[in-house]
Amino acid sequence: MKRKVIGLVSALALMAAPAVAADKVKIGFVTTLTTGAGVFGKGMKQAVELAVEELGGKMGGVEVEVIFEDDGFKPEIGKQKAEKLVKKDKVNFLAGFIWSHVLLASYKTAVQNDVFLISSNAGPAPLAGKLCNPNFFSTSWQNDQTPMAMGEVLNQKGIKRLYIMAPNYAAGKNMVTGVERTYKGEIVGKDMTKFPAQLDFSAELAKARAAKPDAVFVFYPGKHGAQFFNQYSQAGLKDNIPLYSVFTVDAVTVNLLKDLAVGSLATMFWAPDLDVPANKKFVAAYRAKYGEYPTFYAAQSYDTVMLINSAVTAVNGDLSNRDGMRDAMRKANFDSVRGPFKYGNNHFPIQNFYLREAVKDADGNYTTSIRSVVLENHQDTYAKDCKMSW
Amino acid sequence: MNWILLLEQVLNGVQLGVLLFLLAAGLTLVFGIMDLVNLAHGSLYMVGAYFAATFTSWTGSFVLAIFLAVPATLLVGVVVEVICLRTLYQRNHLDQVLATFGLILFFNEAVRLVWGPAGLDVPLPDFLNSNFEILPGVPYPTYRVMIIATGIAVALGLYFLVAKTRIGMLIRAGATNREMVGALGVDIKLLYTLIFGLGAALAGLAGVMAGPIFTVETGMGEGILILAFVVIVIGGIGSVRGAFVAALIVGLIDTVGRSFLPDILGLVLSNQYADTAAPALSSMLIYLLMATILAFRPAGLFPPSNG
Repeated sequence: MKRKVIGLVSALALMAAPAVAADKVKIGFVTTLTTGAGVFGKGMKQAVELAVEELGGKMGGVEVEVIFEDDGFKPEIGKQKAEKLVKKDKVNFLAGFIWSHVLLASYKTAVQNDVFLISSNAGPAPLAGKLCNPNFFSTSWQNDQTPMAMGEVLNQKGIKRLYIMAPNYAAGKNMVTGVERTYKGEIVGKDMTKFPAQLDFSAELAKARAAKPDAVFVFYPGKHGAQFFNQYSQAGLKDNIPLYSVFTVDAVTVNLLKDLAVGSLATMFWAPDLDVPANKKFVAAYRAKYGEYPTFYAAQSYDTVMLINSAVTAVNGDLSNRDGMRDAMRKANFDSVRGPFKYGNNHFPIQNFYLREAVKDADGNYTTSIRSVVLENHQDTYAKDCKMSW
Repeated sequence: MNWILLLEQVLNGVQLGVLLFLLAAGLTLVFGIMDLVNLAHGSLYMVGAYFAATFTSWTGSFVLAIFLAVPATLLVGVVVEVICLRTLYQRNHLDQVLATFGLILFFNEAVRLVWGPAGLDVPLPDFLNSNFEILPGVPYPTYRVMIIATGIAVALGLYFLVAKTRIGMLIRAGATNREMVGALGVDIKLLYTLIFGLGAALAGLAGVMAGPIFTVETGMGEGILILAFVVIVIGGIGSVRGAFVAALIVGLIDTVGRSFLPDILGLVLSNQYADTAAPALSSMLIYLLMATILAFRPAGLFPPSNG
């Protein structure tokens, strides 16, 4: 009996010992694969698979395994999936996350268990500021940055009276704060709508019309954006009040909206036609493989895999060398689709933001195209609240 | 006060109200007359929306799709009633809740298998996808006018059906005393199937109408089902008239509240607090209304004995 117990204990001890030569790089990827937002998750999954394929299924000589999980657009489910990936599958990297509220719910599970958490989209303010963490990186942006660029655009266009609409959740609030931070004109009205339940914007659109603004600014990601543009046009506002948006017109919605979207302006860190070698290669490979333009969600997910690859390669596949991997990631030493960039002290990219317009390309496909640089090497405003320095 | 804005918001409220009425009418009939708690009513609404999306892409005409999707949903409703719900009438409400909740899961998963997880869009024909001026300089979306017109037509049709026809007489009799109607030789089984089918068709119609405004996706029926329950509780369970009045009240309160609450709160609070409090408070308004009405009239506004 005693011997048995000793045997068991030593077996447990063996299991708990960190594996020196890892047999696999395990990446858990949480995104939305069902509900109306499932198409965005699908694009992200495709981009990850493309990236892994380009790497020959290996990072630093070690085989890569990606486990995809669906958050169902719900924070509580996202958190469960994150816990499953971290505790049961024992992933080395937890990545993905479209939605800020899902990321915020899952964040602790990863960073407290010493798993690198890499956001491929969501960039809520707390994670850039007070809650910044050595185990957290972003391959997207901090939520406020893109609308801050939009605020500048509105100033340049001479918009004096602005009406703002956004969904009432973590990212929606960040977007509004962002545009308010740089926009210098008067904000004549603001509506925060229920998210994700509210898809009917009739009441808000009537108010917007009555307020007689020079322009309307909105943030409605995903299907909400498609609905919003439709209703904006049905209400007869499209031809009277110019509509500016962030994260609303993307490769998916532009194909739903077609001519309704053409000409609409948005700001973004990237576009399919951004003239960077890595991006040209990515967009061409993605279009060849899947027959559609990649979304910005897909571009960021591609970068996520490349960032992880840079880390694993730097330590020659020794996944127990976490400090080595962190140092490697801080250098952002990979061919990003946005071109070369640096990481700020809070592990968010310091990068350019562009004005892009929805267009119809030469083959009749709907896509977005870059018009000008709005913010150059821009760092988010929360970085100063982050205690981390390196 | 901006009267044009108020008028527009009232129209928006009425439009939401009639949509809720279409859903609540079936729910209240089934609950009030058959004494069946049907949580899967929202699933029939979802099925109706999916049928509309499919038939629109097959036939290329949304109008034609309406006339196909509603009978198709009716058929689904009848099948569900015959196969599954018939055995539940003698059981208590808790069993019914459990079984119909199971149906929700079944329908969500079935829809996902058949139509995929991504959700569908229902394109509107050009003549509906536009707007016209209800007053000079005040354009209003044509499609929403159509929803209001359809809802009111259905309400009148239901009134005629319940108040003036033989079937309506049986429905009213069934609501008052089921056993007696059965004892008098009426085929109560058939009557129940008919009522359930009617409820399903109305839910399907609501789904069809909602399709172009809300995205057609799995689980779309659950959120609005809660509103429909609020409506029938306020209106008095089993009363179609109550459902109509309550649906309009809920639609108006929700829309007008959402629209004007920030301004009203802005009068007493600082801007910053009003901005935070208004969205939260406006989503509570209808529940506050329900609580208030229940406190004073526990049976709802129009209890069916006099409805």
